[in-house]
Amino acid sequence: MKKMKKRNMHAGPSLIRQSENRMKLDVQNIGKTFTLHNRNSVQVCGFSNVSFSVNRGEMLALTGPSGVGKSSILKAIYRTYLTNPGSILFHRTDGSVINLASCGESQVLNLRRREIGFVTQFLKVLPRITALQAVASPLVELGETEQTSSLQAAYLLDLLGIREELFHISPLTFSGGEQQRVNIARGVIAPKELLLLDEPTASLDEKSSDRVLELLMELKKKDIAMIGIFHDKGKIERVADKTYNVQREDSPVMTSSIQQEAA
Amino acid sequence: MLLDVRNVSKIYGTSCDQCLSLTGVEHDRAICPECGSVVAVNSISLSARKNEILGIVGESGSGKSTLLQLIYQDIRASSGEIFFQGVTDKNGQPSNILHEPPSAVSRLRSKEMSMIYQNPRLGLNFLFSAGGNIAERIIGAGERRYDEIRSNALDYIRRIEMETSRIDDYPEEFSGGQQQRIQIAKALSSSPQLLLLDEPTTGLDVSVQAKILDLIKELQQDMGFSMIIVSHDLGVINHLTDITVVMKHGTLVEYGLTDQILEDPQHPYTQLLVSSIL
Ligand SMILES: Nc1ncnc2c1ncn2[C@@H]1O[C@H](COP(=O)(O)OP(=O)(O)OP(=O)(O)O)[C@@H](O)[C@H]1O
Ligand SMILES: Nc1ncnc2c1ncn2[C@@H]1O[C@H](COP(=O)(O)OP(=O)(O)OP(=O)(O)O)[C@@H](O)[C@H]1O
Ligand SMILES: [Mg+2]
Ligand SMILES: [Mg+2]
Ligand SMILES: [Zn+2]
Repeated sequence: MKKMKKRNMHAGPSLIRQSENRMKLDVQNIGKTFTLHNRNSVQVCGFSNVSFSVNRGEMLALTGPSGVGKSSILKAIYRTYLTNPGSILFHRTDGSVINLASCGESQVLNLRRREIGFVTQFLKVLPRITALQAVASPLVELGETEQTSSLQAAYLLDLLGIREELFHISPLTFSGGEQQRVNIARGVIAPKELLLLDEPTASLDEKSSDRVLELLMELKKKDIAMIGIFHDKGKIERVADKTYNVQREDSPVMTSSIQQEAA
Repeated sequence: MLLDVRNVSKIYGTSCDQCLSLTGVEHDRAICPECGSVVAVNSISLSARKNEILGIVGESGSGKSTLLQLIYQDIRASSGEIFFQGVTDKNGQPSNILHEPPSAVSRLRSKEMSMIYQNPRLGLNFLFSAGGNIAERIIGAGERRYDEIRSNALDYIRRIEMETSRIDDYPEEFSGGQQQRIQIAKALSSSPQLLLLDEPTTGLDVSVQAKILDLIKELQQDMGFSMIIVSHDLGVINHLTDITVVMKHGTLVEYGLTDQILEDPQHPYTQLLVSSIL
């Protein structure tokens, strides 16, 4: 099923562990069609024939024009969207492999708590909780104390350049860029093994965007696998180890080609 | 698995052998054309694990409350099986609670499962004070030591963010939102493993609703019980639940992760339900 060429782009530490199985996620020929039953059962293509894989400590960037299905692919991996056909194989640290396209709901919930994180494009939190609580809550949910979680949350918010005076206000009152940074902090506070990022730097200025990219580079060093969507090539070149260009099935160019670029 | 509901049905009326097969979402009716019985719940299966939060949505009369009452053993199922963690037969095998003796069912209802009703009069004894209501449940769960009962009751009054000085006031003397809080305190005071909630905030002011939902979420995170919550409000379902069950005419229309149900609904009825609210 491996249609892509694999080349090791890294020198240094990652080479040493080359012999181990470094695979984190293996997406095999997935497709998604939306059937809108209440609109004459019209069929909308989300994406089709998508295959790629991501190793631990590696960032894959999804590229392609608007509407080609980039966000939908991330949602399919997270199981917000159901896929058919294809399989989405998640390799766990213990060596077992789970097909995210077909495993049980409870298993997905467990993976979301501890192994798979999603930084969505827009912040979705209850209107009555503060920024600090919003960021801390994934840790609290894992059983960490309120105090430790808040400290870690404050550290991340500060790292991403959110002023302390905003910590105790609902993030829904924040500017778009501030909300986005809260969302990122929330997405990375609990340790995960695979992180999905939908345009994490879209509404950020240069400086905030730099901070986010640096944070992502740190996460890669911690061996976290990532799949991200970025809206500009410069950012992709800075953080991504490889790219996957999503294409429409009807387009003349064959799908499932991977262009690799040095990070 | 904490709770495992298999093929449970509830028929109101004389019932015939066609009731289940001639009703449900695919027949677009809940009344049996042969015998006229109401099939309130039709062959529903679902399960809840520790720490999971399930939501049940569906139009009025689709059988949501009936399903909760079947689980809580408020009413008897016409057919099906329900398993609850720890309820086993002589050989240690899971035992259908529908066939357990009343004493076992009563223990489940007074300790392991709690129900919060939309109408506080169903969940609270209005002849007892707030503290008395909570104490009643703590005693029902097996505690006999007076000091323990009193300090636990006070602890739960604090947990629902109410002044402990109001412990001796009667339900009538509280607002609707406060009555719901007392119901929550009472329900949780037996440290149940499963909390069932039937439209717990419907009919309250929006701001009061929000605070009560926050409280429920907080207590759930703190205490780690599982929940099944019935609500017609998809906003509530979205913010509170992990898994959503969609019902129509007594049948289960769709079951999935809550974000999947809301963003990628499969069944025509679910698509209609989601689009009418967004
Ligand atoms: N929930 C949905 N229901 C119906 N159609 C959908 C749904 N989600 C996505 N689509 C459709 O799937 C296609 C891919 O959308 P998607 O959002 O994945 O694109 P994208 O590549 O992320 O675009 P952009 O770069 O603009 O964000 C679009 O045609 C879109 O209309
Ligand atoms: N005791 C009863 N006797 C006869 N029919 C009943 C009884 N209880 C409920 N029903 C019927 O069973 C069906 C399901 O009722 P249920 O109360 O479970 O609906 P629901 O989904 O909770 O609706 P709502 O959203 O309005 O609360 C309805 O048609 C109702 O009339
Ligand atoms: Mg997108
Ligand atoms: Mg009801
Ligand atoms: Zn009948």
